[in-house]
Amino acid sequence: MTATVRLQREPFDAAGEAAKLVRGRKDVGAVVTFTGICRGEEAGLPLVAMTLEHYPGMAEDEVTRHVQEAQQRWPLVGVTVVHRFGRIEPGEEIVLVVTAAAHRGDAFAAAEFLMDYLKTRAPFWKQVEYAGGSNWVDAKSTDDALAERWVRPGNPREAAE
Amino acid sequence: MKLRYFAWVRERIGKPEEDVDPPAGVATVAELMSWLSGRGEEYAYAFENPRVIRAAIDRAHVRPDTAIGGAREIAFFPPMTGG
Repeated sequence: MTATVRLQREPFDAAGEAAKLVRGRKDVGAVVTFTGICRGEEAGLPLVAMTLEHYPGMAEDEVTRHVQEAQQRWPLVGVTVVHRFGRIEPGEEIVLVVTAAAHRGDAFAAAEFLMDYLKTRAPFWKQVEYAGGSNWVDAKSTDDALAERWVRPGNPREAAE
Repeated sequence: MKLRYFAWVRERIGKPEEDVDPPAGVATVAELMSWLSGRGEEYAYAFENPRVIRAAIDRAHVRPDTAIGGAREIAFFPPMTGG
């Protein structure tokens, strides 16, 4: 099992990261690659850029903890999560999740689980910049609902914190 | 203890971090927010709606009723919007 978590200012190479999980192995039957990209508009307004603030130390810990949780829930062969911070312009990538497994169901589920948790639990905050000013993006209750569906009965830690 | 602020909590308070020494009666995260609110307009503004503020003790998410005794670093921030 290969697990990689990186927080970085620089862009990443999604195809290259996916290839790394497969190279030299014969037990991978499915690789799911999700890339989150900065849109050119937010709430109907053209966006100049987005700036991602994060809590250094805690962000790495939280992402790593959820990668470990994904490994416990699904039989994964490899996982890579890369999350950028700093200023990002429309069309640039923000986040990458790659999951590799023997079968596609596990790879799809683990990738979705990781994205739902990154949206709601990893300490990152987006500030969007318009021509006339900037503001912080509000958390969406739809994202909370998506994360909530992964909570298992009897594990209050997942739900409460 | 060291306090750290992020996103609009940081902007409203006007600083990213500071060291504070709250009185003995301040025992939980919620009580710490309430005590901070009394320190000035900028704090009152940042914590005007404590229900939306999230907290972490020593880099782990905690609930408002969590005891702060022994904490080295407490962070306050808005709901997260990563991914």
